[in-house]
Amino acid sequence: MAKKYDAGVKEYRETYWMPDYTPKETDILACFKVTPQPGVPREEVAAAVAAESSTGTWTTVWTDLLTDLDYYKGRAYAIEDVPGDDSCFYAFVAYPIDLFEEGSVVNVMTSLVGNVFGFKALRALRLEDIRFPLAYVMTCNGPPQGIQVERDMLNKYGRPLLGCTIKPKLGLSAKNYGRACYEGLRGGLDFTKDDENVNSQPFMRWKHRFDFVMEAIHKAEAETGERKGHYLNVTAPTADEMMKRAEYAKEIGAPIIMHDYLTGGWSANTQLAQWCQDNGMLLHIHRAMHAVLDRNPHHGIHFRVLTKILRLSGGDHLHSGTVVGKLEGDRDATLGWIDIMRDSYVKEDRSRGIFFDQDWGAMPGVLPVASGGIHVWHMPALVSIFGDDSVLQFGGGTLGHPWGNAAGAAANRVAVEACVEARNQGRELEKEGKDILTNAAASSPELKAAMETWKEIKFEFDTVDKLDVSHK
Amino acid sequence: MSDMQDYKSSLGNAESRKFETFSYLPSMDADQIRTQIEFIVSKGWNPSIEHTEPENASGSYWYMWKLPMFGETDVDAILAECEACHKAHPKNHVRLLGLDNYAQCAGASMVIYRGETV
Repeated sequence: MAKKYDAGVKEYRETYWMPDYTPKETDILACFKVTPQPGVPREEVAAAVAAESSTGTWTTVWTDLLTDLDYYKGRAYAIEDVPGDDSCFYAFVAYPIDLFEEGSVVNVMTSLVGNVFGFKALRALRLEDIRFPLAYVMTCNGPPQGIQVERDMLNKYGRPLLGCTIKPKLGLSAKNYGRACYEGLRGGLDFTKDDENVNSQPFMRWKHRFDFVMEAIHKAEAETGERKGHYLNVTAPTADEMMKRAEYAKEIGAPIIMHDYLTGGWSANTQLAQWCQDNGMLLHIHRAMHAVLDRNPHHGIHFRVLTKILRLSGGDHLHSGTVVGKLEGDRDATLGWIDIMRDSYVKEDRSRGIFFDQDWGAMPGVLPVASGGIHVWHMPALVSIFGDDSVLQFGGGTLGHPWGNAAGAAANRVAVEACVEARNQGRELEKEGKDILTNAAASSPELKAAMETWKEIKFEFDTVDKLDVSHK
Repeated sequence: MSDMQDYKSSLGNAESRKFETFSYLPSMDADQIRTQIEFIVSKGWNPSIEHTEPENASGSYWYMWKLPMFGETDVDAILAECEACHKAHPKNHVRLLGLDNYAQCAGASMVIYRGETV
């Protein structure tokens, strides 16, 4: 029977709280951590979140009746306690797939983390996880090349790749910058990297940087007989300018370019990733601004969501945190989003903070990049945590070697190979790390010097954003 | 400065030429090769042997030694083929790969006999 128009404000739960709803395979599912204002019932708040992130507005409007809102609405279908924290609860919301434009993480996120995050009935709101149905995954382009193709392009198998971010972050001239790259690459690195805020400043315009860096790559390749790359950062003020820099990188034969997907924006990122796929280029993704979004345990967007967004939007590398270095990152949670980057099917696993099964189908994986405050002494733990399909990136841990970048690079290369060899022999890296490195240093003076330089440095602050299961 | 060592690598010095995984470590002895073969077998990968003249090492395609040893799990049999390839081509690099047919990518690749780099 047709409905009648009844103006006024209705309780959200009358329409959007559906505890008996069984989510469809094609629904986009979201888990929010909701901190309500005092006195508002959980069901009402959960329903409000579902409404405000989908079809609803604060009052009934007559145009609601021109469509079938019961088909298009988001549905709050479950509520759960947050272990160890009574101030908030988890709300699970199902959205019909038709609410979203195909292949647009921009559109999905504009709904899911749009106005609802400023909603007055909430004290705080955090998007913990999204389940993208395979039907939606298939509409996205995803990583330009993927892990296996990258290995084949670069001829690197059976070990993590090694990188180094060039420092100081800002202020070097293009020629001096190319020198720093060349020294690292000839010492045994696979990649050097532009820092995220290196774009095209007056002290080093992008084109000079690209030219000098390519000369560094070519010479290091001829010298070592190995394939090398440098993440040329094409992040730019406009998408047109970004594409101009990407085209030039391709023209001079660079194998890989780089983009900051949060500050640069998802629309630009998706465009660049598709161009990379069409042009046989690898794409390294930096995540500046992520901690603004993901660090507060009660408000924002969890990094596992930002990881899924990137895999759909497209990128071959993504910074993941190191677990052991200077930057924030709970170990189990990090292992969770590393799986989200690389695996083709990820099972729900609350002990790793994963709320939904996620099927990626045939979409290629993304290499996690461990970067930030790591040095040779961390190598055994890094190889153990990240395995072969990763990029281990030592900035200060390469450039800070007392004999310079080439020696620093060689030290890291010897260390990573020694750890991989030992792991293949069945040895336990995190227990026997010291023996393994000491033994390798016997035939590498560069490694020996590195081990003496960084012996005492550790980063042992507690993490701010822990998994909720660990609060108990 | 006196403690500081120069990094000895140059276009003119053939010893600077590397060949990817494990080439920054000393050459493997027989036991080390055996444990790496055991690792490849334990992963369920197909052993494959390839070789090349060192001057052509940078390309993607080296010469296959026979066909990949599909389903072979006998470490001695794999070792014997590696040795046979090395004997037939003593000046060449000989590498052992573990081909992962699910990933459709080599899971392991290592030069186990080193030719003379140029």
